[in-house]
Amino acid sequence: MPRVLLIEDDPSVREGVGLGLRRRGHEVSAAETGEAGLALMRSFRPELVLLDLMLPGINGVQVCRRIRDTSEVPIIMLTARGDDFDIVVGLEAGADDYIVKPARTEVIEARIKAVLRRLSDPAGGRPEVAHHGELAIDRSGLTVAKNGERLALAPSELKLLLHLSASPEQVFSRQQLLEYVWDHSYHADARLVDACVRRLRHKIEDPDRSPRYIQTVRGFGYRFGPL
Amino acid sequence: MRRIAPLGLRTRLIAAFLLVAAICAVTTAALTYQKARNAILKQTQDTAVSSLREQIEQQTTRLPMTQDQLQAVVTELGKRGKPHPWTVFGEYGSLRASSSSAAPFGPVTDTLRRKVRENRYGAFQRVENGSGDPYLTIGIAAVFPHGGVAEPTGAVYFASVPLTDESRTVQAMVDAAKQGAVPAIALAVIPALLAARSVLRPVRDMRRAAQRLGLGRLDTRIEVRGADELAGLARTFNETARALEHSVAELREAEVRARRFASDVSHELRTPLAGMLAVTEVLDEDAEQLDPDTAKALRLVSAETGKLAVLVEDLMEISRFDARAAELNLDDVDLAVAVGKTLERRHWDDGRVRTDLPPGVRARLDPRRFDVVLANLVGNALRHGGAPVLITVRTGPGEDGERLLVEVADSGPGIAPEVLPHIFDRFFKADAARTRSAGSGLGLAITLENVRLHGGTLRAANGPFGGAVFTLDMPLEAHA
Repeated sequence: MPRVLLIEDDPSVREGVGLGLRRRGHEVSAAETGEAGLALMRSFRPELVLLDLMLPGINGVQVCRRIRDTSEVPIIMLTARGDDFDIVVGLEAGADDYIVKPARTEVIEARIKAVLRRLSDPAGGRPEVAHHGELAIDRSGLTVAKNGERLALAPSELKLLLHLSASPEQVFSRQQLLEYVWDHSYHADARLVDACVRRLRHKIEDPDRSPRYIQTVRGFGYRFGPL
Repeated sequence: MRRIAPLGLRTRLIAAFLLVAAICAVTTAALTYQKARNAILKQTQDTAVSSLREQIEQQTTRLPMTQDQLQAVVTELGKRGKPHPWTVFGEYGSLRASSSSAAPFGPVTDTLRRKVRENRYGAFQRVENGSGDPYLTIGIAAVFPHGGVAEPTGAVYFASVPLTDESRTVQAMVDAAKQGAVPAIALAVIPALLAARSVLRPVRDMRRAAQRLGLGRLDTRIEVRGADELAGLARTFNETARALEHSVAELREAEVRARRFASDVSHELRTPLAGMLAVTEVLDEDAEQLDPDTAKALRLVSAETGKLAVLVEDLMEISRFDARAAELNLDDVDLAVAVGKTLERRHWDDGRVRTDLPPGVRARLDPRRFDVVLANLVGNALRHGGAPVLITVRTGPGEDGERLLVEVADSGPGIAPEVLPHIFDRFFKADAARTRSAGSGLGLAITLENVRLHGGTLRAANGPFGGAVFTLDMPLEAHA
């Protein structure tokens, strides 16, 4: 069972969520502030971070950025629906998913499992490393290199890229991507996809050219290529 | 039959001014013309009549007259025309004489002859000859005094005086009147325009100001000019606007306070609920091993916590709509897929809900909100109406682009007529005995707000076969 770091300032949520997750067999370490959470990152070495966006001191978005500077650990934000702006900013900062509070433990655990889930390869029997232009995508090692240089991709970015590149030139709607990549029941937030695409493009595309690998198909969604 | 458009104030004012000016000019001209014409003609007449009478009286005639005598008298009279040269005719019994060979019998009418016989002082008549030139014809019967009484001699003399000069004078006056009236009327346009402007400008200002007020610019005020009735109206307008602004500001403040309170309360409730909701599972699981009363209590707490969480979530959603903070996150979706997924997620794909969906219709909308709308309508239909529920999706042309029409009809008894107007109210209880509805009581209110956010409308009605029918009409391509 994964080791979860919970960064949440409200004691009742911290204790309640911690208790619920421990009951389901997770190893939970809780921090009250962003600073304490960042300190625990090194000592506790979590496999997943549950991060409240509204923190005193350095806020959740900043904590998210700091974690992303050094680590590709999956990050799920705890937010309140309606704090729309925060969701977008949090996603841009590198969070993989978000949960709207209040949430039942089963919902929280389902999200944790979805983020940690490895993508099943939709088309087996292909070479382990596929080359697309300057990108080399290793499906079994789950690494991506550009011009031989390995890219640091967050779990959601990696999954999205693997999914799109598995069927080059096929268009996927945002809703399909939410289902396949995030395991979200159908009507989650398409902004998850858009924010993830933006982060991914930032890492794999040439900044001064229009996107080559992940192309937008207006009115339909996204596709990989054609290169 | 087209109705003629009503004339504007400006047109009416100018028309009134011109009408008054025209009436003045025409009346003045007519009166002047008549008086002057009569004066001129009277002078000519009087001079001519009296001079003819004088001339006749100076003539000595021997009765009975012969043709030669008559001719001599007539010729003599013809030389002494005053004020203008005249032509004289004489009649004595059956004898006729004329001073002019060109007009042997002249323009003497029978009417004049009769008048002369009746009036011993003579008579006159204005006539026109064939070419339309006016003439004055005078007739005087010659008399001789006999024992202090004037006896008629039987000779009658007529003089025909051309009135060409007088007619010219009169014509010149008419022309002068005409030439004066037209510029006068034209000049009247200027004060008309000025008057119209002085009335219209305040009216126009007021109209603009009223429009601005209607658009919600309650700080609109009009410049008050002068001290006439229009200025009074402007002042009243300003006072009204001020009072309106004041009361609306108070209302808005109260509303903002109330909304903020609702929003703050739900925000405050959310955090403890997040903690409670996270542990409800623990309560439910452990209730198994506790004594029945404690177990019951725990399950109650757990169940109510869940409901409370839904209620708070809905309250926050409504607060966001009220605060205009709700945003549309648009995406392009295949409608058939979207509807199918909504039913699938809630396990309504078991035959209780039938769909009539055209394949391949794509719409631009907020998928999450659309899902909430559809789930709410179908959930209500199943809960209050009854299966089977029919969802019909159609697209059609609208005033501004394609429209998406979604109809959700159930097979229940329909909505009571007294309930229909309140069906979208917050916390409205269709059944007074039911203290709490199955949902939060905000479901349909949130549904309506979600539809409005897409720029659509939602109507509730009863179908022809008794069930309730909810009709959603929104743009096929919503704009955020």
